[in-house]
This record gives sequence, C-alpha cells and structure tokens, in this order.
Amino acid sequence: MAILLTNKTPVLVQGFTGRIGTFHAQEMIDYGTNVVGGVTPGKGGGTHLDLPVFNTVKGAVAETKAEASIVFVPPPFAADSIMEAADAGIKYCVCVTDGIPAQDMMRVKRYMRRYKSEMRMRLTGPNCAGTITPGQAMMGIMPGSIYMPGRVGIVGRSGTLGYEAASQMKSKGIGVSTSVGIGGDPINGSSFKDILELFEADPETDAVVMIGEIGGPQEAEAAEWARAHMKKPLMAYVAGLSAPKGKKMGHAGAIVSAFGESAQEKVEIIREAGHTIIPHPAAFGETVEAVLSGKKVAA
Amino acid sequence: MDIHEYQAKELLATHGIRMPRGGLAYSPEQAAYRATEIGGEAWVVKAQVHSGARGKAGGIILCKTDKEVADAAEKLLGQRLVTHQTGPEGKLINRLYIEETVQIDRELYLGFVLDRKEERIMIVASSSGGMEIEQIAEEEPDSLVRASVDPGLGMREFQAREIAFGLGLDGALIGKAVDTILGCYRVFRDSDASMLEINPLVVSKNEVIALDCKMSFDENALFRRPEISELRDKSQEDPRETFASDRGLSYVGLTGNIGCIINGAGLAMATLDMIKIAGGEPANFLDIGGGASPERVAKSFRAVLADKEVKVILVNIFAGINRCDWVAEGVVKALEEVGVEVPLIVRLSGTKVDEGMKILAEKAPSVTVAHTLKEAAEAAVAALPKADRTAA
Repeated sequence: MAILLTNKTPVLVQGFTGRIGTFHAQEMIDYGTNVVGGVTPGKGGGTHLDLPVFNTVKGAVAETKAEASIVFVPPPFAADSIMEAADAGIKYCVCVTDGIPAQDMMRVKRYMRRYKSEMRMRLTGPNCAGTITPGQAMMGIMPGSIYMPGRVGIVGRSGTLGYEAASQMKSKGIGVSTSVGIGGDPINGSSFKDILELFEADPETDAVVMIGEIGGPQEAEAAEWARAHMKKPLMAYVAGLSAPKGKKMGHAGAIVSAFGESAQEKVEIIREAGHTIIPHPAAFGETVEAVLSGKKVAA
Repeated sequence: MDIHEYQAKELLATHGIRMPRGGLAYSPEQAAYRATEIGGEAWVVKAQVHSGARGKAGGIILCKTDKEVADAAEKLLGQRLVTHQTGPEGKLINRLYIEETVQIDRELYLGFVLDRKEERIMIVASSSGGMEIEQIAEEEPDSLVRASVDPGLGMREFQAREIAFGLGLDGALIGKAVDTILGCYRVFRDSDASMLEINPLVVSKNEVIALDCKMSFDENALFRRPEISELRDKSQEDPRETFASDRGLSYVGLTGNIGCIINGAGLAMATLDMIKIAGGEPANFLDIGGGASPERVAKSFRAVLADKEVKVILVNIFAGINRCDWVAEGVVKALEEVGVEVPLIVRLSGTKVDEGMKILAEKAPSVTVAHTLKEAAEAAVAALPKADRTAA
C-alpha cells in the first residue's frame, strides 16, 4: 500500500478556507485524494468546496473519521494547529507552513511524546512540499503530474529538488511508490531514518532515494541506521557542495555549523556506510536506473 | 540574525547578569568621554562588529589613559575588521564599546544553543574559558559540562547548580553562577535566540561577570520579537544580501560570476553544485520562493545584477506552486525594464511549462533555452568567455 497515504485515507485540511488552503485542497481533490472536510475556527457549520467545515479538529474527526490532516496555517499559529491534530487522534499530519519558530517546534515534538507510541501522531514537515503516493493521493503542494506510479521511494528535505528527481526518474520510465518531504527546518516532525524505516517495511517499495542537504545530523544518522537494518538499496544525493560555512542557504535548517554537516562530509559518511551516492543533481535518473537494472519498476 | 556585544549585554542586564560597566561611542571624543565617565585606571576599547575572535584580529585594545582611548578609537573607527569568521573583506567598525577592566581570577565558558539532535535548548559550559568552543572541545574535552532543557518544563535550578559545581565553583559563587545561568536561559527563551555565548564568563573578586557576549536569533520568530528586530545592523551584512532580503528574496552572495535565480532552496543548492561540476563558479544563491509573480522575478534580476561580477545569468525553475508562464513574463519584464546585458540561460519545468516556453520564444528570442538542469549549467559555463569579451 505504499506508505503513509493511499486513496482511501480520509484527509482533513487545517486552514481550509484560506487562499492557500483552498487552492491546494482543490488540487488534492482533483488528484484523487479522499479529502473529507476542513477546519477553520469560527467558520464551522458551513461548507467549502462542497465539503463540511469544522471549528475544531476534534469535531471534524468525530464527524468525518478523518485519519490524516494537512496544515496550511500561518507560522504564528501552525504549532498550535499541529498539537490540536495530535490531541484529536489524527494519525498522520503534514505541515506545509514555512517559518515556524524553532522553539515552537521543540514544544510540538515534546507535546507529541505525551501519547503512547500506538496513539502517537506521525508528523512530516514543517516547511515541506508534502507527501504523494502517485496515482492515488497527495497531501501537499507538488505538481502531481510529474510523478509516475512505481516502486521507488523518495524522501527529501527540498520540494523542488524532489520534483527534479521524480521527473528525471519518470523520463527513464521509473515510478515512485511514495515521495515524502520531511522539510527544510532544523526541528522537523520525522527524520530521514523514520521514513526509511517505513520504506524498508513496505512491500511495494524496492529501493529508496534520499535527498539530503547541508546542516544537521539526520542524513548521517539515517545512513548508519540503513547500514545495519536496511536490505533495500539506498541511493543518496546531498545538496550544497558549494555552500559556505555558517551561511543559511534558504532553508532555516540548511546551515553548516558543526563537524559532519557539510555536503562533502555527509557524502563521505553515506558512502562509508555502503550506500550508493548520486554524484550530481542531474544523475538521479541514471543512478536509479543503474541500481535497479534488471528489475521492472514501473507499475 | 546576529547582534552586537553591547546589545546582547543590554539584554542580559535586564535579567540581572553582572558585567563590567561600559558605554557606547561613535567617535574618539565620545570614547574618551565614556572612559572618564566610567572612571578607573584602565579600559578596553572594543570594536562592535558581528564576529567572534575580535581580540586576535586587533579589534580590542587595552588603554591606560583617556588619550590612549581616543587614539584607539581613532584607529578602529571606519576600519574593516578582518577575523577568521568575517572573510577577507572584513566588517565595518562604526561603533565602539568602552568598558572598564576587571581583575580576572578564573575564565569560564558558557554557551546556549538550539540542539538539532536533541531538539532542545542545550547548555554547554567549560572551566577552560577564553578560547573558542571548538578548541575547548578538541583540547580540553573533559572540561565540558552539558545540560539540556525539557521544553515542557523549562530549565530547572538543579541543572544550573550541576553546571556551577561542574565548573569547579564553590561557596557563594555557586548561587551567583546559578543566577547567571538561569538568567541567560530566560533571555534565550524569551527572545527566541538561537545562540548565546559568554566567553569568557569570569570570576572576579568573588563575583561572576560576563566579560563578552554573542547572540544570534531565530529569524522565523522575529515576527513576535519586534524589540529584537530593531537591533539589526545592516552595515554588518553583505550589501547584496541586504538588498535582496529587503525585497523578500532569500539570497546569499558567493564569489563566482554566474548569477542564479532558482525556486526552492534545495534545487538552488543543487543548481550551484551543478554549475561547479560543469566547471563554473556561482555568484550567488537565490531562492525566489513559491508563487513568484513577474514583478518578483524582475526584482530577482535586479538583486543578481547588483553584483558587478555577474557575467551570465542562469534561471532554473521547477514549478509546483509557481507557474512557468509567470516566470517567463518576469524574464521578459526584466529584459525590458532592468536591462540585462549579460547572456541569459533559462530552464523551465513543471506547471504551465509549454505556455512559458511560448512566451520566451515570442518575446525574448535572445534567451538561451535549456531543457534539463545539466544542459542549463553547461550552457551557462559555455556562455562565460563570450560574456567576458562583451565586458571588454
């Protein structure tokens, strides 16, 4: 069933009636996503895009049995919305919002840990393009048409670089099981390792492409975990070979501040852990093709 | 966002942290006046620039008379201080902090950071203050004391006490160090800081005193910290970056000659990598972000062309929420209004790509169109010698 999201998953949209929420909710519905309603405090009881609007996530879950939620709430209020989803029993939350204060995200992570692991919500993002299971459903802002259904998982920090990878793969006839954006912030809901665990356990994924960048310890941690626990091939690209130390490259988390955080160092760590390095950003298609050679991947 | 030492000290003072008496000066006369005002027999004249390691670079001068203070100020003001953190161009000194000297019995280190692995505020302290934390970690790793703060509960007093004892303090100094550590924690938390470093924190005549202080802030939180936003000093930034950030663009100046306009931070970094692999050097990182209007694209051209080293411009857009037709309109607008005299390579992909290509073909025939990332980077590098000829 791919990971995290299928065309059956009932999805709520938080920040449903806003300009951005409206636009992307419509795109998600058009792609085939099972959007069951939305939340905008103060607008409960009405309808929007022919779907019910609720004041609270709890109210929406009670009525619609929603299991997943996507957050399009502005930065000052986004952390609160994520916690509201966690408390209402949502199982999977994507937060697209860019610009959430780091201390707010620390509180969000702490808050989510108050639930037992089987009750705990999974969060991807913030500051991400979202998650798509091609041919089935998407929770995010990506152009759905560039993804072809298939059996290679993608996990990455950057949205547009993920599009680049997916379109290069499509041009080689290689499809994607699920593509997950974990976002460009320093404190994020799920790490690379968290998503690799899901792909490793997914019978519909044969191999995984990991798209990292400068800053933070997560690529190295994932490479180490995969060395010991992953049987499926892992291919990785790390962006930012030309990034100067101490400069923030667009993403709040893309900054080299400690040893092991530069692109060169991360590439070495991943290579040393025995995984395939995608040498440059025009080589996603050919590297995946080479690794999969002999295996039929397009669904 | 970084601030100056004196600004950081003003923040610390509001939470009861002790520090030497000092005052700000913009001229040699004012510097000498501050010294007399403070009193005593010796002062330090400290260049206020956004960088550490100022002492080694000659930015901190010990003076014994008010004449020496004025001379030191004369020497520093208007100069650019070059440290190993500023790059070769250095940073402009346009204000000085004049401070009384204090007797130093012991030098300690105290730092607060947002730790990405623990996802918590982390405190690092050391009994070997006065040198940089990287050097302490390398040479005196056993001197390091660490604690992390539960975001649900905040820092507890016992944690501050453990640090104080871990630094080898005793007696009345324990209580004073605990107050200092908890005070710093509150400043850090309440101002949405991302880094706070007191190096050195000194023991002087049975008092705990912050001799220096460096602070940085989480830019995502500035919307709720107007008092911190006000402390921004644009003279300490790369003027190219200031120009771009004032226009809502995410820009980082680099040293090459291929100007870049890209959407998405990851794709932007990857495009710079690709330029390097193709044998070129990028002049900048620029992410135009989502929902880029033609006006925004034109603004990006202005930001990139503000750098006179730029000999070629590469536009690389993979549109998800962006629209290639809008970007193409922006390119046309830039050609008409901004006056782009360097070769321009454009690669469009994603939403409305066919419409975008059509606009370029009809209204901007001088543009070199590339179809893939690799093609775009190679075309940009290939256009370089020609650009040099045009410039000559």
